[in-house]
Formats: sequence, C-alpha cells, structure tokens
Amino acid sequence: MATLLDKTQQSNRSSPKWITHIVVPLFNLFVALMIAGIVIYFNGDDPIEALLLLIKGAFGNDEFIGFTLYYTTNFIFTGLAVSIAFHCGLFNIGGEGQAYIGGLGVGLVAIYLGHLSPFFVIPLCILAAVIFGASWALIPAYLQAKRGSHIVITTIMFNFLAAAVMTYLMVEVLIEPGQQAPQSREFNNNSWLPFMHEIFNFFGIQISVSSLNFSFIIAIISSLLIWLFIWRTHWGYEIRTTGANQKAAIYAGISPSKNIILAMVISGGLAGMVGINEIIGVHHRLILDFPAGFGFVGIAVALMGRNHPLGIFFAALLFGALYQGGAELSFDIPNITRDTMVFIQGLVILFSGAMEFVFKPYIENIYFFIKNNLLRS
Amino acid sequence: MINPATANSKNIILELKNIDKWFGHVHANQDVSIQIENSTIHGIIGENGAGKSTLMSIVYGYYQADKGSIFVNGKEVFISSPVQALNYGIGMVHQHFKLVEPFTVLENIILGAETGTILENSLQSARKELKRLEDDYSLNVNPDSVVGELPVGIRQRVEILKALYRGANIFILDEPTGVLTPQEVDHLFKILKSLKKQGKTIILITHKLREIMDLTDNVTVMRQGRVINNKPTKKTNKEELAELMVGRSVLLSVNKKDKKIGRKILSVNNLSIIDEKNIEKVKNISFDIHEGEIIGIAGVAGNGQTELLETLTGIRRINDGTIKFHNKTFDNSNPINAKEIRKNGLAHVPEDRQRMGLVTSFSANESGILGYQDLNIYKGKIFLKKYAILKDMYDKFKRFDVRPANPILKTSSFSGGNQQKIVLVREMDQEPELLIVGQPTRGVDIGAIEFIHKQLIELRNKGKAILLVSVELDEVLSLSDKILVMFDGKIVGKINQKDADEKTLGLLMAGAK
Repeated sequence: MATLLDKTQQSNRSSPKWITHIVVPLFNLFVALMIAGIVIYFNGDDPIEALLLLIKGAFGNDEFIGFTLYYTTNFIFTGLAVSIAFHCGLFNIGGEGQAYIGGLGVGLVAIYLGHLSPFFVIPLCILAAVIFGASWALIPAYLQAKRGSHIVITTIMFNFLAAAVMTYLMVEVLIEPGQQAPQSREFNNNSWLPFMHEIFNFFGIQISVSSLNFSFIIAIISSLLIWLFIWRTHWGYEIRTTGANQKAAIYAGISPSKNIILAMVISGGLAGMVGINEIIGVHHRLILDFPAGFGFVGIAVALMGRNHPLGIFFAALLFGALYQGGAELSFDIPNITRDTMVFIQGLVILFSGAMEFVFKPYIENIYFFIKNNLLRS
Repeated sequence: MINPATANSKNIILELKNIDKWFGHVHANQDVSIQIENSTIHGIIGENGAGKSTLMSIVYGYYQADKGSIFVNGKEVFISSPVQALNYGIGMVHQHFKLVEPFTVLENIILGAETGTILENSLQSARKELKRLEDDYSLNVNPDSVVGELPVGIRQRVEILKALYRGANIFILDEPTGVLTPQEVDHLFKILKSLKKQGKTIILITHKLREIMDLTDNVTVMRQGRVINNKPTKKTNKEELAELMVGRSVLLSVNKKDKKIGRKILSVNNLSIIDEKNIEKVKNISFDIHEGEIIGIAGVAGNGQTELLETLTGIRRINDGTIKFHNKTFDNSNPINAKEIRKNGLAHVPEDRQRMGLVTSFSANESGILGYQDLNIYKGKIFLKKYAILKDMYDKFKRFDVRPANPILKTSSFSGGNQQKIVLVREMDQEPELLIVGQPTRGVDIGAIEFIHKQLIELRNKGKAILLVSVELDEVLSLSDKILVMFDGKIVGKINQKDADEKTLGLLMAGAK
C-alpha cells in the first residue's frame, strides 16, 4: 500500500534525467553568475565585460586553454576522490591532506631515485602518490570502519596533521641545503613529467607553453577506470550497496567495514595524484602548500558533477576555467581582485553545491506545465 | 454554494464529485465520485496503486484535484492544505505516524496548535481537554510518556487523539492495522466503533477484506484509479469484493497436497540470541526442518522471530546453542557467514524488503542480483556481465509477472507487491535447499498474495524446505505443514497443521497456555 505522499515528494515526480543532470546545474551556474554580476556592477565595473574577459582568459587562446586544463586536472583527481567515498556513503573532507601527503611520496621518490631512467622513476612516482595518499586516508577509514569515529572529523584532523608534517619536513629535513626558502632542491629532470607542449612538439605540432602536462592524460584515464570500477565491477557494486543501504549490504553478505576501507583507500589514492600534477608535472621540487585548496574544491566538483566521472569532468573544467579565467580577469581589471574571484567561486559552490536542488521543483513545474499543455491540447 | 444532489434523505457529510488527478502520464484518479454518510465507517478498498491514497491525499489537502469538487456538509470547499482540511473537520491518521519521538504525548498533541508564546499555558489547557477526550472515547494514554518509548498501537492512539484535539469530525485512517498486533487491532476497532457512536465519521483505507467486513457500514471498491462499486457492506461478501478489486476471480485459500518429508536439512539446538541492547530475544529453542515441508512460525511481531531469522541467515551472531545446516554445525565461535551460507543453498527473503531486501535507489536489475553479485553467471574475472544480468532479469520478471517487466527502472518505482516479487524470484530461482521467508505478503495486494503462495507451495512440492515467519495467522495456517508458536523468545507450541485452528494459536500467541 502506497503511503500518502507529502508535499515535498509531490514535486518528486519522475522528470527526465536531463532536467536533473543538465538543466538544473546550468541554471544554478546562471544564478551564481547573475549575483556575481550584480556585485561587480555595484563595484563599479561592467559585469558583461568582466564575464567576457573571464571566458577569454580561460579559453581565449591555446596558452589559456592549457592553464585551464592544468587546473582542471587537479579538480578531476580531487572530484573523483570525493565521489568514490560518497558512493560508499562517506564524506571525505580530507582530500587536501591526502593530496599533500601524496605529493610527499612523489617528492621522496624524485629526490632519492630521480637519477634513474624516466621509464622507471615516473611510474614509481605515480605509484608513490597513490600509496602515500591512500595510506593517509587509510587511518581515518580504519577508525570509521572498526571504531566508529566519524570520518568527517578524522579527515579534517588529518588535513591539519598533513600540513604540520609537511611544514616540519620542508623546514627541517627536505629543505635545499644553504637556502632560506622552505623547498627541496630541484629534481633530476629524469623524473619530470613531459609538458603537453613538449609532447605536441614531439609530433611536430607547435602549441604555446603552459603548465599543462601529461597528468591530464592520467586524469582522463583515471576517470574512465573509476567509471568502470564503480558501475561495471562487483567491487563497485558492493561499495555502492554499502553506501546506499548498509542493512541490505549486511544481508547480502557484503562487509561494510571492508568496503569503507576500500573506498577510502581508493579515494585517498586519487587525491594523492594531485601530487603528480603539481610536483613532477609543474614545480619539479617539493614546496609548501601546493594543494592550495584543490582538495576542498573537489567536494564542490563532485557535488556538481553528481558523483559521475563525466559530470566531474565538466565541473572540474568549470572550476579550472574560473581559476585560470579569474586570474586573467584580475590582471585585466585590477579592481576585480583575487578575492573577488574567490567570492565568485564561493557563489558557484553555494548554488551548485549547498543549494543544488533549490530551483529543481520550479524548473520541473515549468517542464510539466509545458509538457502537459502541449500533450493535452 | 449548495449542491442539490446532497440535499436528500441521507445525511451526507463528505462528497467527492468527478475527481480527476494526473501525475505525468499516470491517471491516478479517474472521475471518482463517492458519498460518505455521517457517523458511519466507510471502507475504501483496492489493490496497490488503485488510487485510494491519492484520493485521500486530495481530501486532506496534500494534492489538489485536476478536475472535480469536494463537498463538506453539502457545501463546496477548496482544500489547499492539511491545515484547511482540519478547519473543515477532516483529520488524518497516517500509516507512518507523524510524531516527534523524543517529545511526550502531550507535547505531540499540542504541536502546531499551541496557543500563545508561553508553552505551559497550552500544556495546561491541553491536559484538561485530553483527559475529557480520553474518557469519552476510552483512549487510554499517559500524556507524560515519551512517544519514542511507546509501542506502535499506543502511538496510533496518540495520532487519533491529535486529530480529535484539533476538532476533527471525519477521520481518515490509511492502512491502520498494518503495524499492529491482533490485540492492538481489536482495541483499535473498539476505539473506531466508539468514535462512530459519538457521531464521528471514519474513512478506512485498507486492502484487508476482513477489516472491511468486520467494521464498515459502506464500502467503495477502487481499481486502476476508478470507483468500481459503492455498496452497503451487508449486501456484499469477501469473495465478491476480492473479485471486484482484482478484476477476476481470486482463490482465497491455498490448494496443497500432502507430501512425504525427506531428510533433515536444518536443525536448531538450544539456540539463544542476545540483541545489541543486551536483551535475550531468543531463549533456548530447538526445532528441525526437513526437505519438502513448510514450517510456519506464528507469533505476535517482536517475540524473537526477527532475531531468529537474522541469526539463521548469518546477519546476527549465535550466543548459545548450535545451528546445523546440511552437515555443517555453527555456534558462537563458528559463526554463520551470510555470503557463504547463501552459496550453500540457504536463501532468505527478509521481513523488511525495503530496508534489507533491496536497495531502493538502485535499478531493479541491480537489486535483482543483491547477494548473488559474485556468482559466475553475473560476473566475469573483473567486470559484471551487464548483458547477462539484464537478460536473466527480463526472464525472471516475466516468469514472476513483475510489473512493469522492465528491470532498468529504479527499484523504488515498483509497487510493494512487485518489489516483493523481485526479492522472491531472486531468492527462489537459485533453487535453494532451504528458503527462509519473513512476512512474504506484508503490504502486498490480493492478486500478488495468491501468486506468492502458489510459488511457495510449488517450491515445497519440489522437495525444498521452507521456514515461514508471518504475523498473518491465516497465512501461517494455510501454508504450513507444521506450526511453531513463538512467545517471548520461546517456542510455546508445536502443532501439526491439521490440528491447528485460529483459536488455539491465538491463545498460544498471547502467551496463555
């Protein structure tokens, strides 16, 4: 016997997927940009001009596109990381710390084994990023699975721990001898990931120099593998069952604690791969604070991308464009500072993350109104 | 405006005229007209998805009808919210109670009807009013007990009191007996009758024929969104109502031939189970199950049946005693593993299909492999065999008449009966040696009940063993070969089906030996 639906469920009529997955996110983005536009207007600038400059700054030429995709790479890794934990019903806030420690793994391999052949050392760096990131997630995962400590709390704590550990290591241990700045020496270039402009050059195509490097390809491959893992393997099935209905999981003989640990380890490994892009992709040395908030923005990316790798790609691209286009914009209109850009990103996160379903019932009502009137006339 | 049609000799308190409601493509109510007489009990009966709940949601102001009108006491009214419905004297007792569990009964009753900013004043006047209502309607509830600690039957009384306190004249009860024990049902019926005597009108939504026959004055049968028939209850009978509901004649009893039992499949020896609150739920019980027999466990819900099922299937641990399945013996130090035992031929249809048997947010084909996801027919070395799974599900859905027969749809979009069929076909199709079934027909409509019973009997006739737990006494009586009665965690009776009748079982279930 069906129960009486209440008002909130009434709007839960089955509207087509493209409403939820395309129209609603685009509308949320539109509202965020509208509000940003109003603020920019009262700040004394032309919002339309600012928007055009932002888009131009993100996609205007191949150099800008390169930088946009370089940021996108980080967001793909952290977005995927948040999403796989989410499929298991876990909120991994610790992407930032896992990325940081993942970078440490990369750096240690590059510092101590960087003189070896690139075909050996680069895969080893990638492996180190995954293993270090995964182990940093393993401890909160174990505590959640076996001891019931809440993963949100522990992963936040582990962000601080990661920052403290890294500051200590950079200042006291790994610092380049004789230097003041807390950073390691530059790695042997055997460990450098090739830049995309170098790869294109190898095939005889000239493109502008940017930070975009081979990590982008790794991110795309990771997206595909994660998609396969989540929706096409029984391991993914068991993780999703654990996340969707733990009682059903136990009934089916699926161990929740095993899957919590598995999902978090994969999540941490993915976050750790930010270290590949940053450390052997761009900086070629270990530096302080390189995750620069990518781990946190990954939460918004995953939410906006509906925890699906394809959605995450587009959400990551959006945030990549905001980062890169925003930097160009504040260069062109100094009145719009970095802080204004942080504000705009905040609006996008607010509307597509925290308030993602606020407009959905209204959009659905419009859809059903149009559809019913067309159908019945 | 006054509707001339109602100004006749009968005293019509609520009239629905030509109600129409669409949800997208679904025509939930089609031209529904019902007249409800003052101070009667009016039954609305129909299968799942017949449109009963939608109709009542319209009356209670959750939805608005696309077409048609509602008259209260002959006056046309527009009900746009539950608050307005209450203003017209329409109150609702929900199937899933809308109570704040940490609050006391009194606090729940004044919720939303507080007067002024000082809570104490409202509480004082409510206490007096409540006392009067309780006396008038023999609704005994302690106003200071915390709702979360009350049994469901009492919570339901709180819901009724809540509606009374707000001055309701018309009570809508949506499947009120679904969660109650037989004793609680009796008490509820007494309350409803006394409400009627005091001049209140009651609309009872149900799919249980017996409740209609026992309680109502008039009955409306709905099927596929339409009213099929309106009748005084006296002028109809169970068989006719069942046929009207389903649209074809229905077999209400089960055809079962005698069968010789085979070898012993499961034997439980001195089993004790302690739950997470450290309460001993199952106390030193022993029984055997053989091939080709159905053992039914009768008992009021909460007497250890759930814990017993969950222990046999490896969800809970054994505290004391042993369980022997095939040739393997399990005990406290050698616990049953849910995955392993399923592979060894023990299938389980859990009591709560929505919270345990299915993942409602998954597609139906994904729910259809739950527990069997690592069988080789469903998975290769690395990947799930998507195509093989879908093909298998299309086939299964067709054989078990799951409607719609489309395993790509979300599990939650299937009705209760069809969800149950998804669980049943999944568990029965692996040809288990022993099938453990909890509440196989809870919330399932008549047509599907008949089908499910037939499937269970067929499995038994194939020589498989079945352990059946049900709070529906009829079901246990008609399906089982042997009946065990559980009370307070103990087996208080072992009866062959031939010697069992409702009265003896009822007494045993109530703990009166």
